[in-house]
Amino acid sequence: MSEEAFEAVGDYRYGFHDPENATIRFDKGLSEQVVRDISALKNEPEWMTDLRVKAYRHFEARAMPDWGNCNLLESINFENVTYFLRSSDKTEKNWDDVPDDIKNTFNRLGIPEAEQKWLGGVTAQYESEAVYHSIREDLEEQGVIFLDMDTGLKTHPELVKKFFGTVVPHSDNKFSALNTAVWSGGSFIYVPKGIHVEMPVQAYFRINAKNMGQFERTLIIADEGSSIHYVEGCTAPSYSTDSLHSAVVELIAMEGAKIRYSTVQNWSSNVYNLVTKRGVAHKNATVEWVDGNIGSKLTMKYPSVLLKGEGAHAEVISVAYAGDGQHQDTGAKVHHLAPNTTSNILSKSISKNGGRSSYRGMLQVMPKSSGCRSKVVCDALILDESSRSDTYPTMEIGNSTADLEHEASVSKVSGDQLFYLMSRGFTEEEAMGLIVNGFFEPFTRELPMEYAVELNKLLELEMEGSIG
Amino acid sequence: MSEEMLRVENLHVSVEGTSIIKGLNLTIHRGEIHVIMGRNGAGKSTLANVVMGHPAYEITQGTIHFQGQPLEELAVFERARAGMFLSFQYPAVIPGVQVGTFLKKSVASVRDDPPKGRAFRKELNGAMAELEMDKSFLSRYVNDGFSGGEKKRLEILQMLLLKPNLALLDETDSGLDIDALRIVSKGINKIAPEAGCLIITHYQRLLDHVKPHFVHAMIDGAIVKTGGPELALELEERGYDWLDVAA
Repeated sequence: MSEEAFEAVGDYRYGFHDPENATIRFDKGLSEQVVRDISALKNEPEWMTDLRVKAYRHFEARAMPDWGNCNLLESINFENVTYFLRSSDKTEKNWDDVPDDIKNTFNRLGIPEAEQKWLGGVTAQYESEAVYHSIREDLEEQGVIFLDMDTGLKTHPELVKKFFGTVVPHSDNKFSALNTAVWSGGSFIYVPKGIHVEMPVQAYFRINAKNMGQFERTLIIADEGSSIHYVEGCTAPSYSTDSLHSAVVELIAMEGAKIRYSTVQNWSSNVYNLVTKRGVAHKNATVEWVDGNIGSKLTMKYPSVLLKGEGAHAEVISVAYAGDGQHQDTGAKVHHLAPNTTSNILSKSISKNGGRSSYRGMLQVMPKSSGCRSKVVCDALILDESSRSDTYPTMEIGNSTADLEHEASVSKVSGDQLFYLMSRGFTEEEAMGLIVNGFFEPFTRELPMEYAVELNKLLELEMEGSIG
Repeated sequence: MSEEMLRVENLHVSVEGTSIIKGLNLTIHRGEIHVIMGRNGAGKSTLANVVMGHPAYEITQGTIHFQGQPLEELAVFERARAGMFLSFQYPAVIPGVQVGTFLKKSVASVRDDPPKGRAFRKELNGAMAELEMDKSFLSRYVNDGFSGGEKKRLEILQMLLLKPNLALLDETDSGLDIDALRIVSKGINKIAPEAGCLIITHYQRLLDHVKPHFVHAMIDGAIVKTGGPELALELEERGYDWLDVAA
């Protein structure tokens, strides 16, 4: 670990970086040629190359969003980003075969240990591609496909072609266009009819290089009556220059299927995190987003669900923590496209040390969607005078039979709470840590226990050394 | 005489410029139960809060010592760790924090030899059984949606687990039914022999269950009369007006 890395790390415990041993590294900057080179390097079918090029042209033509944090968005220098970096020539099935420096990184992040204890499968992405990938044999025998996206495209081209970009088209927004143009890595999952994957599968995304752009692409298809829980984690070194993470995630839950997608986003505070996540729920299917945003400089992410079949259900539980220099612009979107569909949205945010959190929500009920129910709860906790919280809820209700609830609250930690906890032996910082963990508890309890413990520790660290 | 727990000398306290306590003196030794009675606004709760270190109160004159140590330099959490405990009249709600987790962390912070793992659970179960508390308390959030009686029981449970040398009980008996009052009293009697107790109350009825050594009548920020248990009965019968005249 270099001295420079040490300086920048500060309180962020994942801020270390390892030497860059790239086997292939593209020059910085983006052009149609870069897009074609990525596709050629991966030996992709022509349709994918064409789609990438089309998406690139859309990205070039499309203006930046005129909402959200426009100043920060405009400060992104797309010419100063490395769009492809290969650090290992192969995706290994055994950690022992992963290059030592990369393996050490994932050891420090606790991934192999977690895999042994409680996961059904793991993919570990380092820079642009997966360096490790493994799935439990019993799942493989049941026909569950869990691959990195590049391998998925090679081995299941028809399935990928059928669903890729159907939930999030390249033209959805500027960053979905960018992702479609330069995507690399991510997960491809198919769960056959009636199969329940009992243990969560995990993907871990690590950026190591400076000015890196990571553009993973994930596609999860749960066939009729099946279920899966996918967990995603991410960290990066703390550099003084910015990195860009722009992923696209598409979930497809067929009739009666259930997909839960849990994220603990803990990027270092130099990362722009601009992600499009959307799921489709067919008849009686459920799509759940459990989305935690702790790190990054700017996150703009609004996990969405299209309730396409009658009786489908959406659940979006999200938390955001915005500290010094951070803006978490997050939220949820649910579109009730069919009758008798239901949704729950719970959003909680904490702003501290000048951090800013924004909730942006969209709830839509189409005219023909009768008998829909939805509940939206937004709670913001502001820890000091310099911090900020905004709420931008939008509701488009086209059917009068809809049963809707919306609750919003903004609160501060009360002196009475602090005095009470301190009278029980807690320092002021410990008391704040307890209150903050308690505030996020409705989210934390939805996570696998190992993540919950980790998240609580993380928040306690955030409360340290911050009270005068 | 046994060890001195609390010594309050010529205490003057104000809140936002308003003088509340005006020259109060009080000394409590280990094993003694003191009761303070008085009208609303007499300064009883202020006394409990100021001894525990509430930041809203300003000591303008006088001193407070705990086990011979001056308190002004000790932060609230240090007072707790030194062995002081306040049972709140209105305990704060801490949403999302489970009672079990909270108790474990609190005991670990406060006690010198905190019991761990099985030992802690055993002690916890014992104390809860004594207070006739159901185990389901442990997975509820601290004071969240608790009835008045449940809140007070949780306060007493904390007191039993934290084993303080000085317990300040601020209207712990208010709003309790007969059963709850009996249970709360049991908790107080349990720690009383080893601690100094200061009970703030409006009612004599608690004293059917807890036998005080001293009863103090507080009027307008000062103790105007001290007696035995008979004073509590007299105050409940006669009110405080006769003391106004005496004062």
